[in-house]
Amino acid sequence: MIRALMWILAAILLGGIVHLSTVLALPQAAKQDAYSRLTPLAQVNTMVPLAAPTAASAIMPFMDPAFAAAVCRYDLTDGSLKLIAPVSPAYTSVTFYTRKSVAYYAINDRAAGRRSIELDLMTPEQHAEVPEEEDVTAADRLIIESPSTTGLIVLRALAPQPALMAAARSALAAATCGIQPVQ
Amino acid sequence: MRLLFGSCFTLLVAAALGLGATWFTLTRGVAFGSLTIGGWTAWPKSGSVDIDPYARASVARSGELPTGVGDGVAFYARTDDARNNFDGRCTFTLSGMTPAARYWTVTLYDPEGRLVANAIDRHGFTSEEIVRDNDGQFAITVAPLARPGNWLPTGGIEQFVLVWRLYDTPIGVASRTTKEGPMPAIARKGCS
Repeated sequence: MIRALMWILAAILLGGIVHLSTVLALPQAAKQDAYSRLTPLAQVNTMVPLAAPTAASAIMPFMDPAFAAAVCRYDLTDGSLKLIAPVSPAYTSVTFYTRKSVAYYAINDRAAGRRSIELDLMTPEQHAEVPEEEDVTAADRLIIESPSTTGLIVLRALAPQPALMAAARSALAAATCGIQPVQ
Repeated sequence: MRLLFGSCFTLLVAAALGLGATWFTLTRGVAFGSLTIGGWTAWPKSGSVDIDPYARASVARSGELPTGVGDGVAFYARTDDARNNFDGRCTFTLSGMTPAARYWTVTLYDPEGRLVANAIDRHGFTSEEIVRDNDGQFAITVAPLARPGNWLPTGGIEQFVLVWRLYDTPIGVASRTTKEGPMPAIARKGCS
């Protein structure tokens, strides 16, 4: 009796370990995560507009159909990235995701407080190499540190009414992202 | 012999338990740090680096990109306030107030996060296109057949999900209190 209970207890413990390790391993093993879905659509370090979700097809689940969206799939191996995004008439936001879809930074047009959102994205190592005086003089230069070398920047512009979708799309079309060569 | 039987049993049960628990938590969308107002639940931490391992795994599996906390917060509802499932053959009403936000949108999806086909090609409303009464209040009718006013078609599907997204809002960022302000009430008005 005692022995049977011991086996059951061992099974539960081991089951717990299996459960926790599969949950932790899943993001590494996922083949249909957002980055993988966007890889065939978006060239690296280029701003690419995303097709609006429809009932027939959507690039990702739970996309907001009231928004125009564009994505920059970045790779910081060759240097830091410069993002320039003009603000659309209604509401614009920029969200930074790691390779594993963790949203590590997000900012909207009002928080950015200018006609266009300008950001420098770099790895912590590249940030450490930025000359200090440059960091200070360019006080309004917004530097974001990416926890991963690759990831996604998603630009979203709201069309409060369907007729304004064209304006939101054209605002996003003027957005750019590109590598700044290492000095 | 007994040892062999015992260890085989243990390994089998462990695998079944562990994988079963993983499957259950991922399909149910288990995550910590939820914020519930009425029938609506949001996971503000899932839009930040504080995302927990369960939400991480479920995001990786579904392929979605969570709303970042600096952008807004997304509230999900799968049932009305009385815990009736969202059946697309029934009529539901959303009414009342929304918390402070610069803009909001409400969108209807199937449980996998796809938009639902319908005759008028409407999948949701934004705070600007909704028709309000003189007091600034609004009501949305979620129904399979056409209704006057703000009609959100269900397409008659078996189960749907509503997502209420608040953009540029203090909800979920600053305060941790539960008096976050009202979310629209959800009520069922009968089934066809």
